[in-house]
Amino acid sequence: MTKTKKKLETDFVPNEKAAHKSPFKRVVDFFFGGKNSNALSRPLAKWGWLFIGPVTIAFIIGFVWPFIQGIYLSFCKFRIVSDAEFYGFQNYASVFEDASFIHSFWYSALFAIVSLILINVFAFAVAYALTQNIKGSNLFRTVFFMPNLIGGIVLGYIWSMIFDGILSQFGTSILQNSTWGFWGLIILMCWQQIGYMMIIYIAGLNAVPEDMLEAAKIDGATKWQTLWRVTIPNVMPSITICTFLSLTNGFKLFDQNIALTAGQPISIQNGVPIKQTEMLALNIYNTFYGTNTAARGTAQAKAVIFFILVAGLGLAQLAYTRKKEVQQ
Amino acid sequence: MKMKKILAAILAASMCGCFFAGCNDSGGTTASNGGGTAANNSGGTTGSGGSVYWLNFKPESDEVLQKVAKMYTDETKVPVKVVTAASGTYEQTLSAEMDKSDAPTLFVIGNSAGVKQWGDYALDLKDTKIAKELNTNAYNLYDANGKLVSIGYCYECYGIIVNPDLLKQAGHELSEIKNFATLKTVVEDIHSRASELGFDAFTSCDMDDSSSWRFTGHMANLEYFYEEKAAGKTWTECPATITGDYLGNFKNLYDLCINNSISAPTELATGGHDPSNQFATCKAAFTVQGSWEYSAYKEKAPNAVMIPYYCGVDGEEKAGLNCGTENCWAVNSKASEADQQATLDFMYWCVTNKEASKLLVDSFGVMPYKNAAESSNAFLKNANDLTTKGNYVMDWATNYQPNVNEYRAALVSALNAYNADQTDANWAQVKAAFVDGWATQYQAANG
Repeated sequence: MTKTKKKLETDFVPNEKAAHKSPFKRVVDFFFGGKNSNALSRPLAKWGWLFIGPVTIAFIIGFVWPFIQGIYLSFCKFRIVSDAEFYGFQNYASVFEDASFIHSFWYSALFAIVSLILINVFAFAVAYALTQNIKGSNLFRTVFFMPNLIGGIVLGYIWSMIFDGILSQFGTSILQNSTWGFWGLIILMCWQQIGYMMIIYIAGLNAVPEDMLEAAKIDGATKWQTLWRVTIPNVMPSITICTFLSLTNGFKLFDQNIALTAGQPISIQNGVPIKQTEMLALNIYNTFYGTNTAARGTAQAKAVIFFILVAGLGLAQLAYTRKKEVQQ
Repeated sequence: MKMKKILAAILAASMCGCFFAGCNDSGGTTASNGGGTAANNSGGTTGSGGSVYWLNFKPESDEVLQKVAKMYTDETKVPVKVVTAASGTYEQTLSAEMDKSDAPTLFVIGNSAGVKQWGDYALDLKDTKIAKELNTNAYNLYDANGKLVSIGYCYECYGIIVNPDLLKQAGHELSEIKNFATLKTVVEDIHSRASELGFDAFTSCDMDDSSSWRFTGHMANLEYFYEEKAAGKTWTECPATITGDYLGNFKNLYDLCINNSISAPTELATGGHDPSNQFATCKAAFTVQGSWEYSAYKEKAPNAVMIPYYCGVDGEEKAGLNCGTENCWAVNSKASEADQQATLDFMYWCVTNKEASKLLVDSFGVMPYKNAAESSNAFLKNANDLTTKGNYVMDWATNYQPNVNEYRAALVSALNAYNADQTDANWAQVKAAFVDGWATQYQAANG
């Protein structure tokens, strides 16, 4: 009991006074929980820029500026970035005429949904099992987490060898059938991501208040009821973050896609070759390095649409799962 | 507490260090890529002020080029920097490098698609000193307005490479092979006795990225070439459509390769058999490859000979090898005049200096210049001998493949399906990718 109480005391309590403070002080309060505000905020207000400055500059150089430039370039015809010619909405028009883009969109959507469900269900199950005081659970956690440390390209090639090692026994290969390509990619992503999501779920499960679990036990709730009525509502913040991560990861997937199948096989539909296992990011990449003089602008327009899509979906999902979170 | 402060200071310092390290990379990369002290002064501290920056696209030639660059710098004090794009990333590297203030002054525009993409950035090389050194116009690339965009600095050839020593062991002679029918007899005989002989007919026909171009790029050329020949003209730009009239001949040779090789046709999609090594270690008597492999083969297969793509076309007894190039120099039109002049001088020196051209010829192939060194490459000699005998040269019509990466990817996919199951229906898919794919990609590239 005492352990839980102590933990709750250290939790972040929003400072009501914060509303009247300068924006900078509010930032300071946010990071330091609004406590010790007098002792901490004065020197921080004076020297804070020194700490935040370099990161802000790096963020502007490495993210904000390229992002703005990227949006500008989506309205241009260009071969190199510093030599672009304004082209209007032509690029956006050609994006929607491109059947391969539409295909890769639906393919990515299907992939994102399936991988989201599988990764989260398995990650939660593994995390739940490993918080039940099993012997050697630390070892299991390490082993499950490890695939996440390998880069996507390497993983793609390793798994293509594994899959083809099996499929060649049947005289075929993962590059020949889009269904195998799809499930191959799902298996790969599950293998890589489950361990990562598991860590987040374990942190969430450990934070479920003991007194609630105890109360449920005293009230005679079964394990199943405790899981659904007490544990899951309490780990909703973890579920929010994990579903957000796996949804956006699913949409943004590139390395694994290019290394495992590179879009193969290709089928010709209405005279247009469609890469059956090409996801959005790979489609943008392939468009960018096509030979048409307008191809780069089109790819850039695709990238802007891609951003709006991923950001929109991610935010919508966040808003939805946030509503399900309970306040402790 | 003190410890904490020290730790915090170290962390803050290292963070700043990481950030500012990014601002200071030009000196570092130049030094490591330049090879030689002079290359470090790429800013141009020499009298004339010009310097050369060559963006090379062949990783296998990097070592030689660094050597040549150093020789030139030692001789003239003009800084030459050679940077080599990692395998298969030339287009990406060029896009990034051309955006820099210190852009390449010398780069490669190797085919008609390249002319379309990068032609605007190329200086017209007509009437330059190096253009006057050329002994043929055959390997130059022009744009639609007749601008000489890029100039061939060497040419290569490809065909079927045979190891005559292995043929002898199997009781055959190279002289038996005169056309497709005789090639087929020899190949099928060797393949049928492979376990007894200890070697097979063809090396593996892998369809992964490291090998598929031997078929979708090189062997496909026979179809385009015979189409050109039947029409009585050579292409000067990419045609909007092709007829596919000679696809049956492509199929003849292709079937012969995949069905008489070390690896079964069903095992080719993801590759990994290292065909080049198979030939170099005498595991197979035939391979489809190019003259640049000569140095890899000359030790173990010193008598290897390159023969034409025999595919069952009438009169193919008079066929020669596929000769052409993608090695064409272009000079950056946006570079400063001093740099352009320095670059042109360097190019001229490369093709006229005895020592330098010897090094380059041994690495690249024949240099079509009046005063360049002779090549010691046996496969290129085969090409010349066939031409002297009056056989026709098969030019690289394959260089006109529209939207080349996408076109070949579709072809690979169709060939994979055909390899797994050699039915007429699957061959129809290959035909669709080969012929209809051309028209589609032409539209995509030019629409």
